[in-house]
This record gives sequence, C-alpha cells and structure tokens, in this order.
Amino acid sequence: MSSGREGSWNLISAAVVIVFLLDAVVFAQAKSFEDVRCKCICPPYRNITGHIYNRNDSQKDCNCLHVVDPMPVPGHDVEAYCLLCECKYEERSSNTIKVTIIIYLSVVGALLLYMLFLLLVDPLIRKRDRYTQPLHNEEDSEEMHPQVDGGLARGNTVLERVEGAQQRWKKQVQEQRKTVFDRHKMLS
Amino acid sequence: MEAGEGVSSATPTEEMNGAGNLMDFLDEPFPDVGTYEDFHTIDWLREKSRDTDRHRKITSKSKESMWELIKSLLDAWSGWVVMLLIGLLSGTLAGVIDLAVDWMTDLKEGVCLSAFWYSHEQCCWTSNETTFDDRDKCPQWQKWAELMTGNAEGAGAYVLNYFLYILWALLFSFLAVSLVRVFAPYACGSGIPEIKTILSGFIIRGYLGKWTLLIKTVTLVLVVSSGLSLGKEGPLVHVACCCANLFCSLFSKYSKNEGKRREVLSAAAAAGVSVAFGAPIGGVLFSLEEVSYYFPLKTLWRSFFAALVAAFTLRSINPFGNSRLVLFYVEYHTPWYMAELVPFILLGVFGGLWGTLFIRANIAWCRRRKTTQLGKYPVLEVIAVTGITAVLAYPNPYTRRSTSELISELFNDCGALESSQLCDYINNPNMSRPVDDIPDRPAGPGVYSALWQLALALVFKIVITIFTFGMKIPSGLFIPSMAVGAIAGRIVGIAVEQMAYHHHDWIIFKNWCRPGADCVTPGLYAMVGAAACLGGVTRMTVSLVVIMFELTGGLEYIVPLMAAAVTSKWVADAFGKESIYESHIQLNGYPYLNVRDEFTHRTLATDVMRPRRNDPPLAVLTQDTTTVEDVETLIKDTDYNGFPVVVSRESERLIGFVQRRDLTLAIKNARQKQDGVVSSSVVYFTEDAPQLPASNPQPLKLRRILNLSPFTVTDHTPMETVVDIFRKLGLRQCLVTRSGRLLGIITKKDVLRHMAQMMNQDPDSIMFN
Repeated sequence: MSSGREGSWNLISAAVVIVFLLDAVVFAQAKSFEDVRCKCICPPYRNITGHIYNRNDSQKDCNCLHVVDPMPVPGHDVEAYCLLCECKYEERSSNTIKVTIIIYLSVVGALLLYMLFLLLVDPLIRKRDRYTQPLHNEEDSEEMHPQVDGGLARGNTVLERVEGAQQRWKKQVQEQRKTVFDRHKMLS
Repeated sequence: MEAGEGVSSATPTEEMNGAGNLMDFLDEPFPDVGTYEDFHTIDWLREKSRDTDRHRKITSKSKESMWELIKSLLDAWSGWVVMLLIGLLSGTLAGVIDLAVDWMTDLKEGVCLSAFWYSHEQCCWTSNETTFDDRDKCPQWQKWAELMTGNAEGAGAYVLNYFLYILWALLFSFLAVSLVRVFAPYACGSGIPEIKTILSGFIIRGYLGKWTLLIKTVTLVLVVSSGLSLGKEGPLVHVACCCANLFCSLFSKYSKNEGKRREVLSAAAAAGVSVAFGAPIGGVLFSLEEVSYYFPLKTLWRSFFAALVAAFTLRSINPFGNSRLVLFYVEYHTPWYMAELVPFILLGVFGGLWGTLFIRANIAWCRRRKTTQLGKYPVLEVIAVTGITAVLAYPNPYTRRSTSELISELFNDCGALESSQLCDYINNPNMSRPVDDIPDRPAGPGVYSALWQLALALVFKIVITIFTFGMKIPSGLFIPSMAVGAIAGRIVGIAVEQMAYHHHDWIIFKNWCRPGADCVTPGLYAMVGAAACLGGVTRMTVSLVVIMFELTGGLEYIVPLMAAAVTSKWVADAFGKESIYESHIQLNGYPYLNVRDEFTHRTLATDVMRPRRNDPPLAVLTQDTTTVEDVETLIKDTDYNGFPVVVSRESERLIGFVQRRDLTLAIKNARQKQDGVVSSSVVYFTEDAPQLPASNPQPLKLRRILNLSPFTVTDHTPMETVVDIFRKLGLRQCLVTRSGRLLGIITKKDVLRHMAQMMNQDPDSIMFN
C-alpha cells in the first residue's frame, strides 16, 4: 500500500541499527586508560579510618597488596588488614556512554524541533494553503483517505511522497489521539 | 500474479491439497485479502491453515530446483533470524535506556564538570581522593547549588537544590507527556494488557508501530529519570514487541500472517523481560505464564534464543559497569533457617494485601479518569503528580534516589564496608573476621532513623504508585511494587535480626541463632518481600520465582521465594481473581477471552447465537443466485464481518463462510480489472459456473475466498464446550446448525458478552468495531 513510506522507514531503521552497531564497535575497542579500575575499600581497622583506593590496574594485579599504597599498617599487620579490604576490578566504556548520551540528546532535540514545527509552523502553512486550495480543507478522516492515496500515486518527486506519507501519518496519530485522549477507549 | 491465472489454477490446487485446504492464498489475485481491519479479532484457524498451505507449497517447490531449495532453507531459517535481530535491537535499546536513565536521574541533582555525559558515579570513577566517610563526593561532580552559588552546604543550598530537583522532574515529565501526545499516543501505559490482548488475536493498528517504538524508548528515559514512581520493565516488553513487529515486516512469512506474527511477538516479550531483569529464563517463563495466548514448543525455543541474544547484547554494553544486567543484582551466601519461613509467609500475606489494595484502588482511580472530567486534563495530571512526587520525595533520602538504586540498597546485605545509614550497626571494635561473615550486631542510631524514613517511604510509595500507574506516559509497575515489598521486607528483616540478637534465649532462636553467629540476612527479607508484592499485583508464580532467583544467583533461596509467592497469590486471589493486567483489560473492555476463567453456567449454544427470537433472519448469501448488486447492498446495509453461504434460501444448507473484507476487496478488484462484471452479474460460490448465454453478464466466481470448512456446532451444544472451542482454537466465529440446516452464528463478541452477562458485568463495555 505504501511502499515508498515503508522503504524510507526501513532506510531509517537500518541507519539506526548501523549507528547502534557503530556504537558497539566504538565500545569494543581496546579499553582506554581511564576505563579500568581496581577499587579497594578498606574498613576502619584499629585506629586507622576507612579508606578507598583506586588504581588503574590489570585484573591480575587487582588485590590489596598491589593497590593499597602506601600501606597504612606495619608489616606484620598487613595480612590482617588486607583480609578486611574488598577489592573489585571494574570496567566501563566511556565512549559508549558518551556516544549514547549524545545520540539520545540529539534524538530528543530533533523530536522537540519537529514537535514545535508541527505545533507552531505547520498550522500557519496550512492556513495559507487553505486560501489557495479551498478543496483541501479538513474533511472527515475517512473521506480524506482515498484522496491522499491518490495524491501519493500522482506525486512522483520525493518531496511529494514524503508529504503524502506525513499526511497519512498525521491522520493516524490524530485517530490514535482521539482513541486514547478524547474517547478514552483504550489505555486508560 | 494476475487474476485470470490465479482463478484457473485454483481448482487443481484445491484438489491436490484435499479437504484440509481452506483457501488457496499463495497466489493471491489481489492485495490485502486475508488481512484484518483495525480493532478486529483474527481467526487463528484460518491463519494456521494459510501457513500450512504456504509451507506445503514451498516444500513441493523446493524439489524443483536448487534455487527453490535455497529459498525454502532461507524461509525455514527466517524465524531464527528474526529472533536474532529482535534480541540485538531490544538488548541495545535496553542498554541505551539504562545509560540514559542513569545520567538523567543524576542530572536532577548536579552535573559532571569534566564531561557532562557522565552520571555521578561515572564522574567519580577515577577519583582518587575519596575517603571513607564521603565516598561519593568528588570535585568534578558538583551539585547545582554548588555550581551556582559556590557553597555546597547550608539551608540556602538545600533549598536551591530542592527547587532545581522539582524543576528538572517537571521538565522531564512535561516533555514526556507532550511527546506522547503529539507523536504516539499509543506509547503510554505499561503496554502489557494491550500486548496480552494483541497476542490473544486482536488487531490494534499502530500499537506496535515505529513511532510507538521511538517515542516509547525516548519518553521511558524521561519519565523514569523524572523520579515518578514507575518502572521501565513493563514498557520494555512493549518496546521489544515493537522491535519484533518492525522485523516481521522484513519477512513475508510473518508480515502476511497475523498468527505467525503473534508467535514472534510472544518470543519478543520474553526478550523484553530478559533485558529488563537480566533474567533470560525468567523472561521465557514470563512470556509463557503471563502474556502469551498461543505458545507452541517452537515458540518456546525461539523465545529462549531471543532472550539469550538480548541478554548477551545488554551484557556486552554493560550499562551499570558491574558486569551485571540489572542494578540490583545481589549475591548472598548465608543460609536461612526453617523458623524464618514464618516471617516469609507473613511477607507473602502482606504482598497479597498490597496487590489487592493496589488493584482495587488503581482500577477505581482509572475508572474515574476514564469517565469523569479528570480524563480531560492528561498533561496537567502528569505535571501535578510529578510535582507532588518530587516535593515529597526529595526530603527523604530513600525516595530521592531512583527506585532501582533504592531496591539495590535494600537487597544488599550489610558488610563491613557499607557506609549507608541502613548499615549503621554498632561494631565490635576488635572484630577481625573476613568481610563475608559478620555476626549479628546491635543496631545503631542510624538504623533506627533509617527505619522510620523507610516507613515513611513505604506509605509514600504505596499511595503515589496508585495514582501514577495509568497516566498518559509510559509506566510500568514492577519496580514500584518491588520497592514497596523490599521496604517492608527490610523492615521486617531488621526487626527479626534485632530480636534474634537481643533474645538469644527465646525458644525459637535457641537452636538457630547462637550469639556471635550471622543468622539473619535482612537483605533476603527485602528480596522475599519484593517477590511477594510483585506476585500480589501480577499473580505470577513460577516466572516470578525464577526471575528473583536469577537476580540472586542463589539456589538455596528458592523455597522462601516460592513460599512467599504462593502465599501472596492465595491471599490476593481470595479478594479477587484478576491480576492488574486482566483488570485493566476488563476496564478498557478489550475482547480478551481469558484462558484461566472457568465457565460453569448451563447455557446452550442456541441461547447465545444470533439471530435471537425476535431478530430479523440471518444475513446469508446463496451459492449461485445472488448478484453483485445484492452482495453490495448486503455489505452496505449490514456491519457483519462475514456471511454464511448456503445452497439456497429454502434449504439453508451450509456451504461455507466468507469474510466481509475479502468479499469487499474481491468485488472491488473484479469491477476494476475483470471485464464484464457489472451489477447484475451473478456471484458463484460453486466449483464452476454454468455456461451462460452470451447475452447474460459475465459471472463472478468467488470460490477462492470462500472458507469451505467453517467451524460448526449443533444448537444443543453446551456453552461450556463452545467457550472452550473458542479459547483453544482461537475461533472468530462459529456457525450453529441443526441437521445440516444453518440456524445462526456465534461470534467471539457474542461469547465475550455472554460471559460478561453471566458474571453480572455490563456486556456493552466490550470493545469491538
């Protein structure tokens, strides 16, 4: 029915998947210097207050003896002190975080801009259109449907097709909005 | 393929396939035949037989050439490919949601100066200057007041932080609700009631669409980070199902067959829970126990695979930096004792009561929203609830943070390293045991102040969740329910622990808890409480226990969890049979034929069928005397979804059943493409039309769209059997006959209305177009 729209959508979804895969590749790259840590938490012991030690260490060397430096206790107490400490080797990917947050923010930004466009600019354009094309005013949605389809079939340029798809999508959303927000038929 | 060839080839294929063949849909002569309209129910039998035909055709073709063989292999593999794609995408989306939520939740309190995209924890990841007392402070992370005015302490800073917290929360939720309103109204709610309905065979166009997917993902982050009392687990199931629908459109096997599509959706639900809880097996069981309607073994294996891929993808993104799939993963090793089953069962009772209270109150509130003026201000409602939540949540440290973090803290046992208030026990100064095994200790002042803060948090969560669930934003209730249970459980756990510490000599503690032993784990109580409350609300049992078990990774806690889950189910079932999802299905009047309900009334098919006594006779078509014009008038005058075809009006012997949509499309198509079909053309449902003189208009042969094996029952079949047939076979309609003569028809709608009537509900509330 709407191969053009489907095609563009598939393109977009493919693009999104590729972006995510890139994201995955970025994160899969060698761990950068600040992406690994060995964190040792040592509770209070005798008269020494609790301490947290943080080191960039390999997983092999992640133990109290390597990380706790300088050792706060004399040599014969080291073993007892280290038994209390809990050392954890952790990894993260700062690139994944960065890329994800930036992608997320740009998606939200784009949606916001589009929303503002739909709410503020679009009605103005439609209003001007209505003076030039009195036929194209708001009829009942079901009456409108074949018209839009016909328009789609005629319009060969990409712009017209996008326009047609957008119109159809808007109709659908309007219908959904009526169902959910006005008639409270669903999802209440 | 063109129409003429299709028609001529119909008869031989039919003969070859034998009686089991309903229709030959493979070479569809015109598009859209066999699809359904919005808000209609599908006919599972028809979908199944269509798929069998398709399969048979591919198998027979595959012997012809190498290329066809490869094509058939590809077709056989496409199911697994779809699962792989679903797993990859839903795992990735879950990872994105987790990362973004982590950042945005902390954005309400402050910002990372070195890199704005870091959350508090990530910001202080490499910080070396942390001492034990203020371990979560580091110079790169600044609270808003500190950043703006320069001083981090004092009343002024507190008020400013408070104010900005509320402001951010309001901004996030306002953004969310406007995005939902403008782009995808179907993205609101938890989605599980609707998914259940869709899986049972209802069509809601656009509910699993691309915009819904995009908006639900984006707004889910916003609402979760706004601090509202809701979770991301239910909506993640919806997101995964949207992914499934997206990938279904790539393969004609799934995009053209609604029944097959539902198998994929069932599996996707498993993938959704798999990433939501990091519990792949729990996800598969959730799909089986809670959402699916039709779940063959093949789907079981596929959901297993999808859940595996999704969990693996999320694991490789590692959103929490702890190599786990959820924030609140815990590991216990301490054993539990038989006597502890008593508090566990008490927690189960609490969970059941909470479930009942929540369902009743939430349904009452949602009904109010549906029917009164309140429903006219969805945006204002969201803003108001967010405002109240933020104002009340900030002063209490247990509600200020995100609910997942709260649950994580409650689940975790107090080691020697914990600095939180909940772990402020009085330590034995010369304790030098290894960290794992700390004996029970007396509670310090911090624990007592934490207890009353937790009690306040419990009341707050109970009340606010009732008002939050069902607003016009994506909202799940797993996390708030678990939080309620975890808080209650932790309080009980601490109480038991202190009792055991102070009263070693009591008879119950005597041979269980010696002084200096570690015998009570409050974290385990929190976990059991969470399971009980979740069970009370959703009435899950097996999948719930498996999910919780996968969260702990300890086999020995299965019995306590089972005891709590089953108790909470008993208690909750005593007050009302429906889970929250079923209650919402009923509230919205979705045509959902519940498999679990028992139908015990002694009515007969003849009492339920249409036409009733005083109704006009059934609208039927005859096999060889109706004209195109008659059919068109019939379609125009009635709104039935299908018409029985009989031999003649006098004998009324049944031939088959034809769908309204197929009939409309066939006639429209024939009028456009077939020469000589005019209003006075006769419609033939027989195998071959008689040779007519040339003066007569060209006949229209419609045997191809005729269902030759409609399901029939006799008029004295008990309704109990009819309901069972509808449930188990997923019928859309069933014809009632007496000795071959057509008497009437029973549709799914009639069955649902009849059941509602028998249960003293309003039968007109059920939604159908």
